[in-house]
Amino acid sequence: MLYAILCYHDEDFVGSWSKEQDAAVMKKLAVVQDKLTRQGRLGPVARLLPTTAAATLRKEEPPVVLDGPYAETKEQLLGFYVVDCKNLDEALDVARELGAANPGGAYEIRPIGVFAPGNALK
Amino acid sequence: MTEAAWIDAALTSARPQAVGALLRYFRNLDTAEEAFQNACLRALKTWPQNGPPRDPAAWLIMVGRNVAIDEVRRSSRHQALPEDDQAISDLDDAESAIAERLDGSHYRDDILRLLFICCHPELPATQQIALALRIVSGLSVKQIARAFLVSEAAMEQRITRAKARVAGAKVPFETPGAMERGERLASVAAMIYLIFNEGYSASGDTAEIRKPLCEEAIRLARLLLRLFPSEPEIMGLAALLMLQHARAAARFDADGAVILLEDQDRSQWNQPMIAEGLALIDKAMRHRRSGPYQVQAAVAALHARAERPEDTDWKQIDLLYGALEIMQPSPVVTLNRAVAVSKSRGPAAALEMIEPLAARLSNYFHYFGVRGALLMQLGRNDEARVAFDRAIALANTSAEAAHIRMHLDRLIRDSQPGAARDGSKAGKKS
Repeated sequence: MLYAILCYHDEDFVGSWSKEQDAAVMKKLAVVQDKLTRQGRLGPVARLLPTTAAATLRKEEPPVVLDGPYAETKEQLLGFYVVDCKNLDEALDVARELGAANPGGAYEIRPIGVFAPGNALK
Repeated sequence: MTEAAWIDAALTSARPQAVGALLRYFRNLDTAEEAFQNACLRALKTWPQNGPPRDPAAWLIMVGRNVAIDEVRRSSRHQALPEDDQAISDLDDAESAIAERLDGSHYRDDILRLLFICCHPELPATQQIALALRIVSGLSVKQIARAFLVSEAAMEQRITRAKARVAGAKVPFETPGAMERGERLASVAAMIYLIFNEGYSASGDTAEIRKPLCEEAIRLARLLLRLFPSEPEIMGLAALLMLQHARAAARFDADGAVILLEDQDRSQWNQPMIAEGLALIDKAMRHRRSGPYQVQAAVAALHARAERPEDTDWKQIDLLYGALEIMQPSPVVTLNRAVAVSKSRGPAAALEMIEPLAARLSNYFHYFGVRGALLMQLGRNDEARVAFDRAIALANTSAEAAHIRMHLDRLIRDSQPGAARDGSKAGKKS
């Protein structure tokens, strides 16, 4: 079984770290990630940009684009895609296509700041 | 992170909310600030023992308020009350109650009010910035004085004067209406931009010292954007600051001399910051409600996207500055546009564009730097030399002067018979 580990934190709080504090945290995380990589157990790792950079496509008819992460609290995170797009418009097009196949709910589109593809996992 | 660093970060991030709410309660900057300081002292004592509270801002507001009220009681009775933490022992319950009442919209109005008070129209810009850095950002007077290259006493005085002026003015504490909110937003955005420029315009030898101003401005812009997530101009402002600050590490050489944009080592640019800036301007553009910050951010984005200087889309930059000239006509904007024009349409067209600015920019260093460079490209070396001499006379920093002198030297060397002419770089902003 593969597991996704989703990171949650208070953005205001993380955002108030100094560059040094941030680097110190990333360094400690890298130690854990390196170990998993050596064991062939680490897949993709992504660090998302802040929610202020996000947009949300609500899959109504027609779909509505909103600024910010506006998934409602009664909605749960069910999965995620990583797609390569030139800009937000292109990403929204992909989301619309996906949304047509899978109605209801919303897609949050968050640019990725750091991405490590990792190993292919069995 | 160590525990101390963790608590420090929590206090920093809660500060605008907490001071904003305390100000609404006490309606006095000094009292609000003091109450917050006292609450922080309590936090340092109790958080390591009891663990962090669920909502640090609500905790600090609650404690700050209680401590300040105790203080008033104590001084009015002229007798010391027992130093008791009993009064705040039921904090957990109180905290959850207040946290529920303090939803996002409360915070938004409090922070906005706080920022707006700092950029009160009766305060000169220098006092607005000093007050915002002290009250909203919580930088110490010493830190602010250092960044502004003035003595601590002078800065202390500036802040005291600003506070007195605010106290004397009739500041409305009601929740701002939609119209007011819009107006306040614009002046707050302008103040954040000023803070950034204060740090960004530093010369080589002071750049390190003043970098915190840029970082603080970015932090405030992010804060504002979280309060107003759908305002394209605020997205533009945040994007602009990030895209410019991303180049910080490449802007000066080891001796503190300016390195021009096209000579910078682009591998030193901060890519995560650029990615965030690009994502924000991308998002802003979709609103089709353009404004000066968005246009300037779009220019910065085109520079950031170019892997090599020769990949820069100068035509697009020319068009963007054209749009900015219409929104915000200023000779400096036209001068910047001329630099783009010299790249896309040649130095003659650019020179023609800046000739009419001569009278209005007769004391502007960059005007003569650009003029000299254009004349040099056209082979009009004698006139170029005159322009460069004037630029040196007007230079604001020794680094600027040294930079122009370098071009002047090259000009003299190149004007020797047989030397190739090449020097298209003088005077542009880094």
